[in-house]
Formats: sequence, C-alpha cells, structure tokens
Amino acid sequence: MSGTIKQISLFAENKPGRLSKIAETLSKAKINIRAFTIAEAGDFGVVRMVVDDPDKAYKALQGQGFAVSETEVIGVEMKDIPGGLHDIADILGKNSVNIDYAYAFVTSTHLALLILRVDNIPQAQKVLKAAKIRLVDPEEVRKI
Amino acid sequence: MPMLDYWNSRIERAPLEELQELQERKLKQLVENVYRSSHFYRKRFKEAGVKPEDIKTLDDITKLPFTYKKDLRDNYPTNMFCVPLNQVVRFHVSSGTTGKPTVVGYTRGDIDLWTSSLARAMTSCGLGRGDIIQVSYGYGLFTGGLGAHYGAEEVGASVIPMGVGNTERQIELMIDLKATAIACTPSYLLHMNEVAKKMGISVKESSNLKMAFLGAEPWSLETRKRIEDTLGIKAYDIYGTSEMSGPLFTECKEQNGIHVWADHFLLEVIDKNGDPVKEGQRGELVITTLTKEALPLIRYRVGDITILNNEECECGRTHPRIMRILGRSDDMLIIRGINVFPSQVESVLMTIPEVGEHFQIVAERKGELDDLTVRVEVTRAAFSDKLADLMKLEKKIQYELKKVLNLQTNIELVETGTLPRSQGKSQKVIDKRKI
Repeated sequence: MSGTIKQISLFAENKPGRLSKIAETLSKAKINIRAFTIAEAGDFGVVRMVVDDPDKAYKALQGQGFAVSETEVIGVEMKDIPGGLHDIADILGKNSVNIDYAYAFVTSTHLALLILRVDNIPQAQKVLKAAKIRLVDPEEVRKI
Repeated sequence: MPMLDYWNSRIERAPLEELQELQERKLKQLVENVYRSSHFYRKRFKEAGVKPEDIKTLDDITKLPFTYKKDLRDNYPTNMFCVPLNQVVRFHVSSGTTGKPTVVGYTRGDIDLWTSSLARAMTSCGLGRGDIIQVSYGYGLFTGGLGAHYGAEEVGASVIPMGVGNTERQIELMIDLKATAIACTPSYLLHMNEVAKKMGISVKESSNLKMAFLGAEPWSLETRKRIEDTLGIKAYDIYGTSEMSGPLFTECKEQNGIHVWADHFLLEVIDKNGDPVKEGQRGELVITTLTKEALPLIRYRVGDITILNNEECECGRTHPRIMRILGRSDDMLIIRGINVFPSQVESVLMTIPEVGEHFQIVAERKGELDDLTVRVEVTRAAFSDKLADLMKLEKKIQYELKKVLNLQTNIELVETGTLPRSQGKSQKVIDKRKI
C-alpha cells in the first residue's frame, strides 16, 4: 500500500533478557530503530518498531528464531505543540477511523512523528490529507 | 445401636489360605468365562499360547497376558464387555490418554460388588448408621461421587450428595447438617479449610466432622498429619480406579495399608520386566477382578507403584493390604483428582495450527490446590501483530484442553525454539508439587 510504513512486530516472552536479545540482533544487523513500543499481556508481549530498513530487520530477527511479522502502519507528522495529537485523533474519530494502537517519537529535526495502526488505512490517509496533515513515507523514515 | 466392627466378619477374617483357595477357584472360573464370552480375551490368550485349562493354581496366573488401559481405549466403547448390553445397568466414562475416553459398564451384580466392597471398607473406619457423610467427589460420569454415595448409604449413613464446587455452600451445609464424615480429595479438604477460615469459621471447632475418606490423588503421610491436626479428624486413604469400578477400598482404623478384598480382587506386584517382586518389595500394582461381570479385567496394569503386605492386620482382617501408593509407572499426572496424560495435551495441541508441536506441562501446588500450566510455542506463521489475537489463542487452547481434560489450565505462550526438544518425558512434564 502506498504511503504506508512497514512496522516490524515480534512476539517476546515477558522475562529478563528478551529485549536485550532483540536489541542485540538489530545492533549486529546495523539496524537503526526510529520508534519502538512494547505491549505486554501477562506472560508475553508484542514488540513493535519502526526501523530504517524493515526488510533487513525482519530477516535478521527471523534468523534468530523470533516470530516476526510486518504490519502496514501510517506515519503522520505532528506539530510538537500542545494539541498536536488532538488534531489528528479528532479528524480520524470524526471520520470513523479506529486507531488500534499508536506511538509517537520526536526526531532531532524537531519533528514529532505519530505511528498509527488503524482499521482503515485508505480512509485515514484520505481524511488526514484533506485536513492538510502530512503523512511520512518510508524513504523519510530511513533518512531521519 | 453399637457400631459394627465388621461388615462381613466371616469373610473379612477368613484365614488367608482359605481366601487363596477361593481365589484359585474364582480365577479358573473367570478365565473360562472370558475365554468363552469375550472375543478380546480369547484372542489375547491365543496370542499368548494359553488356554483356560492351563490355569490350575494361583501361580499359573503369570501365564496369562496383561491387560492395559490402551486395550480399553482400543475397544471403545463397549467391545471389551463380556455381557450383552441389556445386562448393563450403568456406564461410567473416564478420559483416555489420547482424548478417546474409556467406558466401563456395570451389571447389577457389579454395582452390588462395588457397594459392598466400600461398605466393608467404610465400616472398617467406623462409618455407620447415625453418621452423616458429605460426598464431595464429582457425581456423574466420574466414579467417585456415586461410588462413595452407594457405599455410605449401604452402611446406613445419611448422605449429602454434594458433588464438587461451591465451597462456601459446602462449608455451610457441613456445619448446618452436622456432617460427621466427608469424602473428597485431600487437597480439596485443605482448600475448604482455607475458605472456611476466610469466612471466619473454624472447621475444627464448628463442625462435627470426625473422619474423612480422601483419595483420587496422591497424598503424603505429612499431608495426612496436617489434615488430622488442623481439622481434629481421622483421615483415611480411599483407593480404586475407574477401570476397576471406582473407589473400592480404604484403610481401616489402623491406617496401615489399604485392605483389598481378596474374594473379589487378586493382586500382584511386578517389577519392570513384568516378573513378580519379592514380598515387601515395591513394584507396579496388577489387579485381576475375580467377580466383575460386565468388564472383568485380567492382570490389569493399574500403573500405581506400591508394596503388597499379606500379613494379618491388627484390626483382625486377613485380606492383603497395599501400602501407600508411591507413584506411577507411567507419566500420568493426577491434578485435582483428574488423570492427565501428556499425550492428551499433545493430541489437543496437534489440532491447533497456531502452536507448534512442542509443549511443556508444569504441575504446581498453589495454596492447597493443584495447578496445571501448559507452555506452548507460538509458531512464526501464526504470529500476528495483534495482542488480542494472541490472547484469543490462549483462550482457545484453554477451551480445547478443558474439553478433553475436564480441567481448567493456565496457558503460557512462549517463543519458538525455547522449549526443550523431545528428550524424554522428564522435560515434557515438570512436577513441582511436593506430595
């Protein structure tokens, strides 16, 4: 799907040393992490991240035996000021797009980026563009 | 009315030689019967090259082939029955090792045998008219509830057919109806005591309980002491397996071994090679049912490890005793009174494509109750990014296991490749319980 970002997700047990193993694998593959989040559910969790080279990260993690998947998400440029998140959430909500999950990061260029997993990507892209909110493409993520 | 010392004094105190003569006669009869009426046994005997006339003395029993739980499963549902179905008055069903259940049928005579066997046993513990017994074993397809129920009614006790669950209500009725005895698993009795404490009730002080028939799971002498001390009661071991009938035997007041009625059951204890052990040595229990009609078992490999004691008991009973069950000869686990085989878990997991074939079973004791956790690997193919999908998967495994095991389990999803690869059962099953 055009204009989307490939997010890497992986299954990890909720126990000491697992994150270290993931980080080590990415480090050895010279992958740079752009945004990162862990969702936990008791004994296990799902680690999600946006990286500079998703295909390479996918292969490296899979090579280490991790259960990995790639998920289409969208990256949205957010004003790094109070109300920045509200603008975006408001537009999506009013247009019946559900946000499954989201996480944000601030880059060195003072750009705030919001990673969104939504139930209807084309609709989200359409309404955000119409509201003059800029979507970030994979090339941009790679260069950050 | 004075308490009976014996339910059937003449037979319970008959000299061992007399009992053995009786056994010999009944064994010969049994062998002839099954050879005539059962396709299964006839085929088995032929394979072993043995004919009914080869069985002349009790010692000749070793010429007969063993029967295994697998045979019951392979002959599901009723192919091993030795009577026409119109003579069967009841069925009990227990879960099998691969999800296929085993079915046991009972003739009127089988029910009577079961009932009188427990009547003798319960009398030997002092249960009788005037007693009120709460039967907190499961009723229904499981043999525990109905077995204990019939035995207790036979000796004239008043039965509260409680069944399992609803612990607060159990405690309430135990106190209100002034129960003097209870039949349940040892861990459940301890659990009841804990719950009662939380309700502000001391079972020891508020109840009329004086004895408990505890079984359906292994328990130690230490547990017995703890139960007896905390509750101020006598705790008796009750024993039996669903294939034989259900609960059939108990200890007597001496609490020194379980009396097995020799006029109905013939015991052997064998070593790993299937040879008899020397008296007093531990080995695997093998039982032949001498008088069961619908589903007689010949040299049935029960799988429990025990020691046989042929000495006359202090109580005056001459029938052989099996000493405490010391473990299992196979990998069966007993969790909250329910038999669990790793192969059952395996067969369930095989039907769920999202998990790999590797698994690990962890048995623990949490508080007073047994707890079973099944660890499974999430396959790479099945992993989705959604947490909800994984949680749904856990629920699905739990549900599928419940259907087969009849037991609530905890599911732990683990990363692919982290569980030990098939290096024998020791790593597939981790039993952390101290029994």
